[in-house]
Amino acid sequence: MEKVTAHDLAKKQKEISVAEFFERNKHILGFGNQTRALVTSVKEGVDNGLDACEEVNILPEIYVEIKNNEDGESKLIIEDNGPGIVKRQIKHIFGRLLYGSRFHSVRQSRGQQGIGISAVVLYGQLTTGKHAKVISKIQEDRPATIMELAIDTNKNRAEVINQDIIHWDKPSGTRIEVSIIADYKRGKRFVYEYLQSTSIVNPHAQITFKESDGTEHIFERTSEMLPRKSVEIKPHPYGVELGTLIKIAKQTKSRKLSAFLKNEFTSMGDRTANAVCEKAQLEKYLNPKEMTREQFLSLHKAFKKVKIMAPPTDCLSPIGETLIKRSLKYETKEISPEFIITASRPPSAYTGNPFQVEVGLVYGGNLPMDANVRIIRFANRVPLLYQQGGCVITSAISSIDWRRYGLDQKSGKGMPSGPAIFLIHVSSTLIPFTSESKEAIADIPEIENEIKLALRICARKVQHHIHKKVKREKIKEKFELIKKILPEIANKSSKMLNKPLPSLDAVITKIMDVVWIEDFIEYEKISKKVIEEPVQMTLLDNKSKQHDDGTITKSKIKVINYKRSSQKFNLYVIIPEDAIVGTVKPKPTNINKNFIKWNLDSIPSSEKVDINFELAGLEEGDFDENDIYVEDINPSYVIGADKWEGE
Amino acid sequence: MRKDHNDVIKKIDLVALKIYNDLEKTEIPCIQLPIRSKSNIEFNEKFNVWKYGKNMIQRSAKSLDGAYMLLRTMYMIDFIKEMIKIKKSSTLREMYYISEGWDYAKFHSQNESNSLAEDLEVITSCMREDFKLRPEEDGARVIGNITIEELTRNNNKKKIHCQDDVGDSGYSIPYNVEPEKLSFKSADVDFIIAIETGGMFDRLVENRFDSSYRALLVHLKGQPARSTRRFIKRLSGEKNIPVLVFTDCDPWSYRIFASVAYGAIKTAHISEYLATPSSQYLGVTPSDIENYNLPTDKLTREDIKSLKSELTDPRFQDSFWKNEIKLQLKLGKKSEQQALAKYGLDYVTDTYLPEKLTEMGMVKK
Ligand SMILES: Nc1ncnc2c1ncn2[C@@H]1O[C@H](COP(=O)(O)OP(=O)(O)OP(=O)(O)O)[C@@H](O)[C@H]1O
Ligand SMILES: [Mg+2]
Repeated sequence: MEKVTAHDLAKKQKEISVAEFFERNKHILGFGNQTRALVTSVKEGVDNGLDACEEVNILPEIYVEIKNNEDGESKLIIEDNGPGIVKRQIKHIFGRLLYGSRFHSVRQSRGQQGIGISAVVLYGQLTTGKHAKVISKIQEDRPATIMELAIDTNKNRAEVINQDIIHWDKPSGTRIEVSIIADYKRGKRFVYEYLQSTSIVNPHAQITFKESDGTEHIFERTSEMLPRKSVEIKPHPYGVELGTLIKIAKQTKSRKLSAFLKNEFTSMGDRTANAVCEKAQLEKYLNPKEMTREQFLSLHKAFKKVKIMAPPTDCLSPIGETLIKRSLKYETKEISPEFIITASRPPSAYTGNPFQVEVGLVYGGNLPMDANVRIIRFANRVPLLYQQGGCVITSAISSIDWRRYGLDQKSGKGMPSGPAIFLIHVSSTLIPFTSESKEAIADIPEIENEIKLALRICARKVQHHIHKKVKREKIKEKFELIKKILPEIANKSSKMLNKPLPSLDAVITKIMDVVWIEDFIEYEKISKKVIEEPVQMTLLDNKSKQHDDGTITKSKIKVINYKRSSQKFNLYVIIPEDAIVGTVKPKPTNINKNFIKWNLDSIPSSEKVDINFELAGLEEGDFDENDIYVEDINPSYVIGADKWEGE
Repeated sequence: MRKDHNDVIKKIDLVALKIYNDLEKTEIPCIQLPIRSKSNIEFNEKFNVWKYGKNMIQRSAKSLDGAYMLLRTMYMIDFIKEMIKIKKSSTLREMYYISEGWDYAKFHSQNESNSLAEDLEVITSCMREDFKLRPEEDGARVIGNITIEELTRNNNKKKIHCQDDVGDSGYSIPYNVEPEKLSFKSADVDFIIAIETGGMFDRLVENRFDSSYRALLVHLKGQPARSTRRFIKRLSGEKNIPVLVFTDCDPWSYRIFASVAYGAIKTAHISEYLATPSSQYLGVTPSDIENYNLPTDKLTREDIKSLKSELTDPRFQDSFWKNEIKLQLKLGKKSEQQALAKYGLDYVTDTYLPEKLTEMGMVKK
């Protein structure tokens, strides 16, 4: 065999161009085939637009247009009304891979890698040879910059082909035009689906999609409130890697180890910092810049051995149950679903990264009975369209036995089937994707567990609902029985036998033998004050202001005692956290942010009690069903409410 | 079995009274009747037939369905009393349409009204005829050397010879075959062959099997009507003529045989009037499939289910049926009477039937 020397090898060792890198990894980046390439390109542009708007508190207006020529080339135009990009940054952002503002920041945003948009530009250049065009405007009274860009694939740097200033009507924003080779015919359905799903979890965004043939779809804004702005936080010790730890130490201004820990990391107080130093057997006065690799290693190990508080969670920006329900309702109008249920979990953390799970479930209506349930997955408000099978969301759903909850499922495992849509949203400062194309969430036990817990809450609500429906159905029959059929039987038999009509009251209570609870909800519009300034407040700021205009939700509950003896029990109604309680009658025993409670004093047999309450701060339809629970009475006596299981 | 109509009225009034009294006593009204299913039939030693056992079911106004049943029962009783009063009768189908005017008690299908009429028979131990209710025209046909005397609607008694006085389609059995309506004047036949399909009946008629083998041919027309079964029962009993049942070879046909011989599950309350316990099964048997190498079809899933259910049916517990049904399950096949035509149109009358009848001792070699 011929001997190969290091010199021989050296001849082959050279810098790999980004073009080659891209070519090899295009499937990982989401450009694996021509359909995906189209969706991925749209997605990168739209995600960036939404991120940018939210960062500066502007309600997003996103415009997407695709122009397809017959030879397989599509021209993609994506425009936002965000803050724009300063001139000197444009070429780096669009013409250089791995350049971005999110990679090192610990807060929730859609972009996290700094690959996204430049990969689109590169893909366009490699497939069509054409340059990308960017227009950006950063200030109302200044002209916009227009720039034509190419990527020098050997250097991973942008080449500015042309640059000018132009007039642009928008106060500010960014527009990018890229030509790419793509399968428009097959891809446009996915683009539509992606934009629709995006609109569901971004009810504050207005998205317009213009197809190649001129058809325009507008996904309307259904909420005027921007999501709570996520706060940037420092990394949590549990999540930091050794290399990053060393890098942070090199750049820190702190001169002592204990101060370094407290200043550069989150959840680190005096006590924890000292505990870490002790565990690592390191002097807390050490200068971090002078520490050895071994010392960093033991520090890194010590992090895992000390109990450190979970990271703060205001870096997250969940959607909120009311908004999820409202958007689902809006988007599934045509299906006219039977009910929509939501659930959310409190924030949690995996290896130092905060995350939170929210779920929504649409049930019934025109949804197909025998197909698999539809799953719409979201990570940081971005729809995940591909690789459903490899996603932790899917495995969490599959591990629950749905048969008890009105869905079909072979042997109680796997994908359930039935008339339902599941929406699952995971938000995190760092979504652990399975690959750079950001399409599936890796199976992290903490995340899987939280998803399961949220789904279980949902499932229980579904069961509650179905239960209630079945019971109501049954009782409706009973009403028919006692109101129509029984009197007829009495009538007919007495006539045939020439005997007096017997009294039925006692038989009726025997047949019914329940406490019957029924409820109605009405909405009343009240004059809305004109809102002068665009509402760009967070959910929380807005709350106090909201309740004196808009809609009043009025709930009426009727309790009828069809038992033979009088009944006395407690009644609870669940209310949305973001609702403001108005008039309540009769006087409740307790009101808090989750429920209203009444002690109902002894209701005599065949008597009824009316309960009324009003909610403000909600839109029509946000609260469309009373969740009623009872306590201190055998729940099987009660129709229309379930057993109160505590808070 | 014809009862005085006052007696009928008394019996059905008792049902109405029971319901009225329940209401009066502030109890949820209900009536009881035997469960009408395979699980609740017992062999009756006295009559040699299968009748309902002791398991009862409650029809109670506690449930909506039960309440509707009770209300309909009341309306039906009222209707029957009315018909008795004005000396009219109605078909089951007519009653179904009349119920259109019964408000909430209206029937939603004819099955519903038919089965309620049967229920009322069971509860009162009266018969449909007592209620002045009759089925749709049966028209089951008879050909053979017997003479029948029938009371016509003009109140004339008319003698009919079932070969000479009838055309090729034979004598048609009326819905009422009780003695006051119909009697057997003479019968010069060796056996009765009850045939499931019209095609086979016509084949035997065309081949003059009734004459050449001294047979009375009766067309069952699938699941035989009450009047057909009652006709066979009376003729066989009064003139002492053996009955042979000739059907397709499949589970549904065995039920036809069982209803002729043992009583049907639906009418087990009147089995002693309808069943002819001495009837024998002639064929086509699963063994015939093998012995005569007959053309076959595969058993469907439904067929297999019914065969298995017959294995647990108390009426099919003798060794003949056990063996034949098991054989059929093994073969996985079924066949039709008319499959015999494989060997020519005369094969059934020239070969198959003579061989079977000899085997059964009905004709000498
Ligand atoms: N439309 C835009 N308006 C304003 N700034 C933008 C816009 N698009 C991109 N940027 C800036 O450019 C950076 C790079 O964007 P890019 O899509 O390449 O990466 P990213 O969004 O940070 O991460 P990812 O690779 O996960 O998408 C962003 O971090 C953002 O700071
Ligand atoms: Mg991006």
